Amino acid sequence: MIAEIGHFALVLALCVALVQAVVPLMGANRGWASWMAVAGPASSLQFLFIAVAFGALTNAYVTSDFSVMNVAQNSHTEKPMLYKVAGVWGNHEGSLLLWITILALFGFAVTLFGRNLPPGLKSRALSVQAMISVGFLAFILLTSNPFARLEPPPMDGNGLNPMLQDPGLAFHPPMLYLGYVGFSMAFSFAIAALLEGRVDAAWARWVRPWTLAAWIFLTGGIILGSWWAYYTLGWGGWWYWDPVENASFMPWLAGTALLHSAVVVEKRDALKSWTILLAIVAFGFSLLGTFLVRSGVLTSVHAFATDPARGVFVLLLLCLAVGGSFTLYAMRAPAMKMGGLFSPISREGALLLNNVLMATGAATVLLGTLYPLIADALNLGKVSVGPPFFNAVFLPLMAPMVVVMAVGPMMAWKRGDLAGVLGRLKFAAAIALGGAMLVWFLQGGSAGPWWTGIGFALALWLGLGTLLDLAERIRLFQAPGEALGRAARLPRSSWGMVLAHLGVAVFIVGLTASSAWTTERIQSQKIGETVTVGGFGITLTGVHEVPGPNYTASRASFDISKDGSVIDVMQPEKRTYRMPPRPTTTAAIRSGLLGDLYVVIGDADPKGGYVTRLYFNPCIPWLWAGGALLVIGGLISLGDRRHRIGAPAQAATRRVAA
Amino acid sequence: MRRALFLLPVAIFGIMALLFVKGLTMDPKTIPSVLIDRPVPEMALAALPGRGETSGLATNDLKGRVSLVNIYGSWCIACVQEHPYLLEYKKTGLVAIHGIDWRDDPALGAAWLKKHGDPYERVGVDPAPGRAAVDFGVTGAPESFIVDKAGIIRYKHIGPISPEVWTKTLLPIIRELDKK
Repeated sequence: MIAEIGHFALVLALCVALVQAVVPLMGANRGWASWMAVAGPASSLQFLFIAVAFGALTNAYVTSDFSVMNVAQNSHTEKPMLYKVAGVWGNHEGSLLLWITILALFGFAVTLFGRNLPPGLKSRALSVQAMISVGFLAFILLTSNPFARLEPPPMDGNGLNPMLQDPGLAFHPPMLYLGYVGFSMAFSFAIAALLEGRVDAAWARWVRPWTLAAWIFLTGGIILGSWWAYYTLGWGGWWYWDPVENASFMPWLAGTALLHSAVVVEKRDALKSWTILLAIVAFGFSLLGTFLVRSGVLTSVHAFATDPARGVFVLLLLCLAVGGSFTLYAMRAPAMKMGGLFSPISREGALLLNNVLMATGAATVLLGTLYPLIADALNLGKVSVGPPFFNAVFLPLMAPMVVVMAVGPMMAWKRGDLAGVLGRLKFAAAIALGGAMLVWFLQGGSAGPWWTGIGFALALWLGLGTLLDLAERIRLFQAPGEALGRAARLPRSSWGMVLAHLGVAVFIVGLTASSAWTTERIQSQKIGETVTVGGFGITLTGVHEVPGPNYTASRASFDISKDGSVIDVMQPEKRTYRMPPRPTTTAAIRSGLLGDLYVVIGDADPKGGYVTRLYFNPCIPWLWAGGALLVIGGLISLGDRRHRIGAPAQAATRRVAA
Repeated sequence: MRRALFLLPVAIFGIMALLFVKGLTMDPKTIPSVLIDRPVPEMALAALPGRGETSGLATNDLKGRVSLVNIYGSWCIACVQEHPYLLEYKKTGLVAIHGIDWRDDPALGAAWLKKHGDPYERVGVDPAPGRAAVDFGVTGAPESFIVDKAGIIRYKHIGPISPEVWTKTLLPIIRELDKK
């Protein structure tokens, strides 16, 4: 019964979304306030219905109602509660429901927080938001009903893929979706602005915090996914340039560019049509990801069970949303008023250069991702594009961007003084150069890869450049006594920028070191045998069977010794789940500032040993720390008074009241 | 000229969309082992416990009559769904229905048939990794193959058999092959 209520609620939500897609938009065009006013209650009602549907499916999972086919195919009574709940979005139908729930939540948020928005902009944006809703609700109801019943109901379910039964992955999809779908906000407002033919600072002030919020979630989601891949897949890697990883990375690149160009719109009233385009592209990439994952046009480890009918439907949605908005863009954007002019050597110029490099980066990732499809379509044979392509094309594009990242924030708006800025950065340049030479010397010259020096130089340049900028802003060297007070008064958005840029520098260290200097030993190891990796002696002391809630594990114990004395015990597991019967590996990881000791136990071999894989992965924690700094920087920036939603208008009223 | 620049995004997207349309008609994995119009692969699968020593499934068992080879497993949810229909179609006697208990513990596969009913003439066990089924071109369970009198695979149905699939697709093919 509850499943039927959920299904019915989705139908009602579709009806409400249809009204919301048409009525406020027409009202805005004709200037009818009462029609525009429909947007608010409609978006609240739509959210309510979709939330009911989501609740109904969650209920079916929590109570293990196997008469619902989706639950029977993806859940199991033995599964721990966390994964019963996570199972809701661990499959195609449920994840779409999560997608649409988040979309409705954002629409509701516009109504809740957007009291001060111009009514025309608000109602148009909510109509656009509802159009997306209509598309996805129709998709769910017509091709992917999560509430379909199963007759007769089975005694127990198929279970969730054991790989997905992990706390890191339970929260990975919701975070990613909050990011993907969060870009719909910028998208809807971009379309509304195109319809109105006007983009101004107020528009940017509204769009920026939402884009930032989406970006924070997307960053967090990607980092969480990489971390999960690192510790569960058991090969010591964390990023594979898999199509679905790329599908999350492309919107991230576009979103990062959008974040920076929206600053220029807000502060300088320039780069407007470019910002609008980025807003469309960022959400377009999110939709493209949805299409790639669910249509089966590309092979990927992440792909959902695919169905051609679904592929056609998503492609149609993609064409309507992205094709339609690009067409609107081509029609309306040229007429948009150009804003403030700036010289190429200025903060705007640096931000634009960063934007162009980001966009080019996203384009190369897109090309690499789609290339197998292009080759197949043109009968050039089946090819796969792997890490070598991406590393060779994408990374060189990012290097100049990092160079600019240190220079840009020091530059003045409108017209900057490049020579002056470079002069202030010569200290950072000298240390970066020295650091590169030191790294080169430490790795034994050409014994290591040639690019390690470049990587460390870039990280040092960016890190020191960012810190120097901070020191100048708080006048640390001119007036050290007042520096602390100045630091406290520095706008939070500046702190956010500093932390995020430092995060990138820290990330580059992790990226460079872990790609260059990983040591790996794979062997058959007998009980009592010691293997040395990264300066640690690793002794296999035993393998035992250990029961888990819905699996049994062979747990190996390794004594870790340094300079002859045992300092730690590491216990990697190889788990065999009961339902579905599939093995997974859980690596044991011992993290340190210099790197991770990473130990994986494999199968027993006939000669009485065990296959063990032992890695020393240098500086891996720096990657997570860098990612965390990006997220923290974003959060702090989001807390900025100027970013608080609707804040400018409130400030204005207060002034009047005073 | 400036206008043309604004048309660029939609133009690029148009090309991509065409590519996707083409992409949807292709299968990137292209499992070539869909052995339509090819003879049944060589196999001699052991019988399910409790069904008699000689009730296993071998290549030669699929000759002489039109037969339907159904892939199932005790772990397979959708198999429960199609099973009552198989029992019904067995009664019609129009086709010999055989089973392959795929990637399964044979004891569990036998118990499952006891519980849900046994529509099969012969059942072969193909425990993990399920080599015989892979030779057949199986991508998942349930899946059913129609084999003609000469032992050549003529049709493959992926997913559970429903009355609709049976009357609209499978039965006409079986009738057609029966005439030859």
